[in-house]
Amino acid sequence: MRRGSFYLGMALSAVFVLAALVSFIWTPYDHEALNIANRLKPPNAAHWLGTDHFGRDLVTLIMVGARTSIAVALVAVGIGIALGVPLGLMAAASRGSWLDEVIMRGNDLVFAFPSLVIAILITAVFGAGAVNAIIAIGIFNIPVFARVTRGGALSLWEREFIMAARVAGKGRVRISVEHILPNVANLLIVQGTIQFSLGILAEAGLSYIGLGAQPPVPSWGRMLADAQTMVAFAPHLAIVPGLAIVFTVLGLNLMGDGLRDWLDPRLRRARR
Amino acid sequence: MLVKYPRRRLADFACKIRIWTSGRAGPNLALMLRYALKRFASLIVSLIIASAVIFVVTEVAPGDPAAFMLGINAQEDTLAALRAELGLDQPKLQRYFSWVGGMLAGDFGTSYTYRTPVAEVIADRLQVSLPLALYALALSTLIAFPAGLFAAARRGRAGDLAVMGATQLGVAVPNFWFAMMAVLVFAINLRWFGAGGFAGWDAGFAAGMKSLTLPAISLALPQAAILTRVMRSALLDTLGEDYIRTARAKGLSRRQALWRHALRNALIPVLTIIGLQFSFLLAGAIIIEQVFFLPGLGRLVFQAISARDLIVVESVVMLLVFAVIVVNFVVDLAYAAVDPRLRSRI
Repeated sequence: MRRGSFYLGMALSAVFVLAALVSFIWTPYDHEALNIANRLKPPNAAHWLGTDHFGRDLVTLIMVGARTSIAVALVAVGIGIALGVPLGLMAAASRGSWLDEVIMRGNDLVFAFPSLVIAILITAVFGAGAVNAIIAIGIFNIPVFARVTRGGALSLWEREFIMAARVAGKGRVRISVEHILPNVANLLIVQGTIQFSLGILAEAGLSYIGLGAQPPVPSWGRMLADAQTMVAFAPHLAIVPGLAIVFTVLGLNLMGDGLRDWLDPRLRRARR
Repeated sequence: MLVKYPRRRLADFACKIRIWTSGRAGPNLALMLRYALKRFASLIVSLIIASAVIFVVTEVAPGDPAAFMLGINAQEDTLAALRAELGLDQPKLQRYFSWVGGMLAGDFGTSYTYRTPVAEVIADRLQVSLPLALYALALSTLIAFPAGLFAAARRGRAGDLAVMGATQLGVAVPNFWFAMMAVLVFAINLRWFGAGGFAGWDAGFAAGMKSLTLPAISLALPQAAILTRVMRSALLDTLGEDYIRTARAKGLSRRQALWRHALRNALIPVLTIIGLQFSFLLAGAIIIEQVFFLPGLGRLVFQAISARDLIVVESVVMLLVFAVIVVNFVVDLAYAAVDPRLRSRI
C-alpha cells in the first residue's frame, strides 16, 4: 500500500514536471495569443480543458504555469538548502557553544514571523514579481533546513566513525563536509520534497493575491485570481488550475512520505 | 503548513506524564523556575530583535507616507508640516524607540490613513479575525478528534486508510481554492450563504457567524488534516506503551484501553499543535479574508501596505509575531513541566 502511494506520487509529480519541460518546446497553442471570439469555452475537442476569458487554451496555460510554479518552488528550496544546510552543519559542529545558540535562536525567530505576512511585506517593499516571491518563500526555507541538518548531524557527531575521523586529525569543517553531509543527505532529500510542495502552495497563494508572477507570465495562482469573478458562469476556469495545484502537491507529498520510509531504515522497521 | 510530529518525542511525553502524574518524580520547582526565567529572557530578546527587524523592513519600503496621503499636487511646506505631525521628520532611532515605548504603554500610534489610533483600528479588525480564528480552530478540532480516534482505533484497516487518504488530500488543497469552490457550491448554486462580506455583529450573532462559516471551514480543513495526523500518531504511540498492555491484560477491551488510558496521554502533543495552529490561523487568514472580502487583520495589513500606512503594518505584524512568540514560550514551559530532561539540557 505504501509503495503504491509512493508510485502514485512519483507519477503525479512526473506528469507536471514533464508538462513544464515539454512546454519549452511545444504547447497545443500559443500561450500569449488572444482569441476573444473563442473565449470562456468549456472543455471541448479542440481545447481539452476549455479556454479562458481571453480565449487562451487552458492546457497550454497549465503547462506554462507549471513552469512558473516549479521554477519558483525549486529556487526557493535551493535558497533554503544553500544557506540552511551550512548553518545547520555549523551549529552541530559547535554544539552547545554560543554559535549554536545564536543560530538556533535565529531559527526560532524566523519561525515566529507569520510567513505569509512577511512574504507580503517583502513583495510589497521590493515590488511584486516571481523573483521576490522566490526570496520571500526561500527565506522561510532556511531555518527549516538548518534545523533538519542540525538534528541529523547532532546524533552523527557522537558516532564512532566520526570519532575515528577526529582521531585521524580531520578538522570540524572537513568532517562536516566529508562525513556528516553525506549522511544527512537522505533527510535533506525528504525535507526538500516537502518544502517543494509547500513552495508550490505558497507561490500559488502569493500569485493569487497578485504578489507573485505578473501577467503575462502564466501562473496557477494568477489563473485562480482571474477566475474568481467568472466562477459563476465558467467554473472550469477555477476548477482546472486548482486541480493542477492539488495533484502536484499531493504527488510531491506522497513521494516525500514514500522516500522517507524508504531512506530511513528506522522508520521502515517501525512503520505502521 | 505540514507538521511532522517526531514520534520519539511523543513517546517520551507519554512516559513523562505517567511518571509525573503518579507523583513519584514531580517537577523540581527551583529548576523549573530557573528554566522559566531563562526562557523568559530569550523571549524578551526575541521580541526586541523582531521589533527591530519589522521596523527596518518597513522603513526600507519605498514611498513617503505624507506624499501618499496628500497626493501628487501637495505643496512642499504642507508635506513638511504633515511629516512633522506624523513624527516622520525625527531621527529613525528615536522613532523606533517611541514606537516600541508606545506599544509597551498600549499606544500603537495613529494610523496615517484612518486618522484614528492604530489600537482602535486593530481592535476593530480583531472583532472579525479573532472569532474567525476561534471558529476555524473549533471546527478543525471537532473534525480532527473523532477522525484521529477513528483512524487510530482501526489502524491499518480500510477506515484508517480512508481517513489518512483524506488527510493527504486535505493538506494538498490550497485553502483559497477550496474557498472558491465552497462559494461556487454553497453560495452561488445552493444559495445557503452569502458569497462574501461580513454582516457585522450588530446584525446579530447568528448573522455574523453565518458570514464567517464558509471562511472558517476553508481555513479549518487543512488544519484539521494536520491535526488528525497528529492525533492518530499520538494515539498510536501511547497505544504501544506498556501500561496499555497492562490495562488490556487486566481485561479491558482495545476500545476501553483507548478511551480510558491512551486518549488522555495522547492529548498533550495534540493540545500543543492546537496552540500553535491558533497563531497560524490568526495570521494565515489573510488570503481567505481576501477571498471573502472580510474586514479582518489580514486585509488590514494588505490595505495598509498598499496605502503606505507603515505604522499600521508595523503594529499588526508585531502583534502577530508577539502572539506566536508567546505561544511558543508557553508551549516550551509546558514541555519542560512534563519532561525534566529538557530542562537539564538547556
